[in-house]
Amino acid sequence: MTDFLSRLDVVGFIIATLVAATPLVLAGMGGVMSERSGVVNIALEGIMLTSAFAGYAAAVATHNLWLGVLVSIVSGMLIAALHAVLSIHFLVDQIVSGTVINILAIGITGSFYRTYIQNSELAGTGVLPALQLNFLPNSPIIGVITIAALLLIPVVHYVLFNTVFGLRTRACGEHPLAAETAGINVYLVRYSNVILSGALAGLGGAYFTLQQIGNFLPNMTGGRGFIALAAMIFGRWTPAGAFLASLLFASADALSGRLQIAGVALPYQILGMLPYVLTIVVVAGVWGRAVAPAADGKPYKKGG
Amino acid sequence: MDLTVDWGQVHALLGENGAGKSTLMNVVYGLVRADEGEIVFDGNPVHIGSPQDAIKLGIGMVHQHFMLIPPLTVAENVILGNEIATGAGVVDQARARARVAELSKKYGLEVDPAARVEDLSVGIQQRVEILKALYRGARLLILDEPTAVLTPQEVRGLFDVVHALVKDGAAIIFITHKLAEVIEVADQITVMRRGKVVATTTPKESNQAELARLMVGRSVLLRVEKGEAKPGAVLLALKELSVQDDRHQLAVDNVSLEVRSGEILGIAGVEGNGQNELVEAIAGLRMPRSGTIRLGGRDITHASTHSTLEAGLGFIPADRHRMGIVLELPVADNLVLSRFDRRPFARWIVRAFDAVRDYAAKMIKTFDIRTQGPDQLAGSLSGGNQQKLVVAREIGTQPKVLLASQPTRGVDVGSIEFIHRRLIEERDNGMGVLLVSSELDEVLSLADRVAVVYRGRVVATFEQKEADRDRIGLLMAGAA
Amino acid sequence: MKLDRAMRARLFAAVVLPLVSVLCGFAVASVAVLLTGSDPLAAFTALFQGAFTNERAFPETLVATVPYIFLGLAVALGFKAGLFNIGAEGQFYLGAIFGVLAGTSLHGLPGIVEIPLALAFGMLGGFIWAAVPGLLKARFGAHEVITTIMLNYVAFQLTDFLINKGPMSDPHSTAPRTQFIDPGAQLPVLLADTRLHLGLILAILAVPVVWFLIERTTIGFRIRTVGFSQGAARAAGISVAWTLVITMGISGALAGLAGADEILGVSHYMPASFSVGYGFDSIAVALLARSNPWAILPSAFLFGAMRNGAAFMQLETQVSSDLISIVQAIVIMFVAAPALVRWIFRLREVPVGGIAITQRETAGVTSET
Repeated sequence: MTDFLSRLDVVGFIIATLVAATPLVLAGMGGVMSERSGVVNIALEGIMLTSAFAGYAAAVATHNLWLGVLVSIVSGMLIAALHAVLSIHFLVDQIVSGTVINILAIGITGSFYRTYIQNSELAGTGVLPALQLNFLPNSPIIGVITIAALLLIPVVHYVLFNTVFGLRTRACGEHPLAAETAGINVYLVRYSNVILSGALAGLGGAYFTLQQIGNFLPNMTGGRGFIALAAMIFGRWTPAGAFLASLLFASADALSGRLQIAGVALPYQILGMLPYVLTIVVVAGVWGRAVAPAADGKPYKKGG
Repeated sequence: MDLTVDWGQVHALLGENGAGKSTLMNVVYGLVRADEGEIVFDGNPVHIGSPQDAIKLGIGMVHQHFMLIPPLTVAENVILGNEIATGAGVVDQARARARVAELSKKYGLEVDPAARVEDLSVGIQQRVEILKALYRGARLLILDEPTAVLTPQEVRGLFDVVHALVKDGAAIIFITHKLAEVIEVADQITVMRRGKVVATTTPKESNQAELARLMVGRSVLLRVEKGEAKPGAVLLALKELSVQDDRHQLAVDNVSLEVRSGEILGIAGVEGNGQNELVEAIAGLRMPRSGTIRLGGRDITHASTHSTLEAGLGFIPADRHRMGIVLELPVADNLVLSRFDRRPFARWIVRAFDAVRDYAAKMIKTFDIRTQGPDQLAGSLSGGNQQKLVVAREIGTQPKVLLASQPTRGVDVGSIEFIHRRLIEERDNGMGVLLVSSELDEVLSLADRVAVVYRGRVVATFEQKEADRDRIGLLMAGAA
Repeated sequence: MKLDRAMRARLFAAVVLPLVSVLCGFAVASVAVLLTGSDPLAAFTALFQGAFTNERAFPETLVATVPYIFLGLAVALGFKAGLFNIGAEGQFYLGAIFGVLAGTSLHGLPGIVEIPLALAFGMLGGFIWAAVPGLLKARFGAHEVITTIMLNYVAFQLTDFLINKGPMSDPHSTAPRTQFIDPGAQLPVLLADTRLHLGLILAILAVPVVWFLIERTTIGFRIRTVGFSQGAARAAGISVAWTLVITMGISGALAGLAGADEILGVSHYMPASFSVGYGFDSIAVALLARSNPWAILPSAFLFGAMRNGAAFMQLETQVSSDLISIVQAIVIMFVAAPALVRWIFRLREVPVGGIAITQRETAGVTSET
């Protein structure tokens, strides 16, 4: 066992988990804000994919990685705004609207990738600077977006549970008519939160291209948006919970690679199923029930 | 329509369900837009386009269905929309709680500011609602059916608060359809019918009978013509039945009742005293915690709704739109909703539309359902005709026992009379009827025996002859 | 002839709205093509050629239409009960796994025995994979959107586990795939020298069957009643739990049938990367058809044609085949938001109220215990 652990490199494992959890926790927190205000956001996957692409394209065009991050965030907000307009203003079923965005993301990134990136001479942009942790064994490195995500967790948690904005957000997600009668503009609160969720997921998208590999590949988010959704649910719609769930899911990911290297005969697909199966278990309430905000997914129509 | 409310007075707005009282007040509160006309407040014409506008003017509203957010605390609910916060937008919980405590002390509205609203009783939740309005500086307070869900003690407490507020110079609009309350609490009374003001009066100049006549437009037949009941064998027997509500609180507490063939047993009580849970338990929609239910000799305590109906229960649910009919389906389909899969309406799994339509045509005629035909969508019928449809369906199965919950709620007077006559006819033909109604007059005029419920218990049972309105009223109010 | 108001509203919903949506989809896609510096006309011409006029293009379009028909029907059936089955993709996979399992286990029997057996087995796989979320919803109130999304990914992992050097992989192949199915289990080809197979006939026959199920049987009546009002259904003695489970089950069985049919008719083995998103697209197929079984036919055909033509378009014009995803997204967007169409085209008075596509009661789910 000790032999196995030493080969496992605990510190490296923890850092790898933190890094792999980055897009999950960012998009997961985005999901928390959106759903706490009453808008289901299954578009996280599409938002991340689009932002990963847009940030990368901007970085290629301007040779400025930081500008790339900014474009990722802004494009995430724009795509999320489309989700907001469709589901809040035009009362489109929020699941349908999210599906639209996910499909649209594949179409847009695929089309532009083929024209501008696939056949271009540019071989990537390089990656954002990272912090080297010299005081730890093997001096692991940790990227800026991961650091930003770690800093954002307490911020988002505080905003949601201690500020006026957070109070209003939760009110709109539980009982929008009550919020409206208390003089709150439900539309404004929901729009703000959905767009904010786009900013968070957009930063998560930047992770893939600008921190992880410095390149864009078609469909590179590979369902991470849905794992983020799972992390949000597993974390009971709280930022801190989403973070812990992200760590759990990412560690399963990090562990499976290490187990293979260590020669442990556990099919990696079993660990790959873990996030999804655990999420099914908690939404079913078999073990500690996860209950969504009461008005989550319900369009709100004034005077209705 | 015109309505004038003076400061320092309680103005009762009286009318039947659907007379337009709540709609009118939603206009005043900015939730619904008026088609025409103007609102004058404190001598100035004002435009109220949203609740914010209303709040700014000093108008507060306590809705019939509370506008509270269950997982938030009392203080959070009160300050919501007008938060006590630091400059950085952080909610100042300590100051918010202090402010709520101060307000509740001033008006005698005792409540713990730190409690979560979902853990509070209905009466306390209403206090939170009133605090919300007062916190926003409301001087005109609209109370929409405030007593519908309160116990008598809570009603007393509410009236005390109302009087204290009026003494303080505020104005109260008190929406209700309960005559006795109007006489007790109001300074001015406005009676509405079908969206129009039909009279403005005061408690001194009027009385309950006159108000009732104004409300419904013609003298109500409080006594339904009916002969002596000839009770036969026991058809429905509840024995020591206890049922929990959704929050796992005991809602029906050790109730034993019997309904015989050829009689109507009426359940009288203020709404929310376990009637819904009792009805749902009998209909198989809610599993009892203990006790037994027998229908025609069969134990149906744990039977599904399907088997309960099969065993001979007809069921008229209280909530017509949610439980009684499927708005999006045609009248014909609604008329066979509980028997669509049986002969002659289906062969094996294939539906027999001719048989359904023939049957529907017959029922439409027998029950005088005003419709363009069997294919019209049930949602486009009037409330009275929708309810006749439900009654037709449930009587049409010729059940042993008919469980009628609020059978005439929100229905026009003509349909009420029709439904009442039908219930009596079926009684005379040997059906057992269990009538649950929060309208005491309905129970008193229809039932052969009356059981009074209070907090989930049957506190007394009367033969119709002995049933005294005042005595039952006291019992409903929990006074032994 | 003067049409009355209700008639006009129905015409708008059934014909005008879908047509306008498709046109808008292509309009937005044209913009995307222009932005990538290509000629939209050339791209769409190639798309058309690839879908219809090239050699064997039309039969191939029909081949691609077949799974869309089954899967579109599957999603549409769910909508009728107010269920959003996002899991058609996963059920499609399970149908293929079960189908290939049957197809590789059977030997030497006549097609008339092997084919129905293998297809039925595929339906069973889809049924199980969908009945689970149905059961979780009925029993615990777990939202089917969440559980079916999650089960999709479990299905992908399961497939990878079974086929990528797993218990079902072909030991003689280096590629991650299963063995070939028994020749007797292969669906006969309808047209010589094409891949057009008997599945097309089966898919077309499935349309009236599903229509009959929904509109003419007691099961369909239960499904629709539950979709409209769970409360009224319950009060009338209809078991909501049973209906949810059975609706999901039948929906999954149709998706599973699509998977097995794809194995038996087209590939004859199962590769690890089996589907290319047929199940996800089918949500759009059902939405465009507004859950009407008959309308699934043209809707599925459109999607089949786009999918088939896209490859040729990419080859000819360098425009990415992913472009059709833009068309699809815009189509769903417009179909789901009639208010948007009215707003853009300044239409007044046409549709009365919103158009309910999914008949979903609420996201808050009720459980029957």
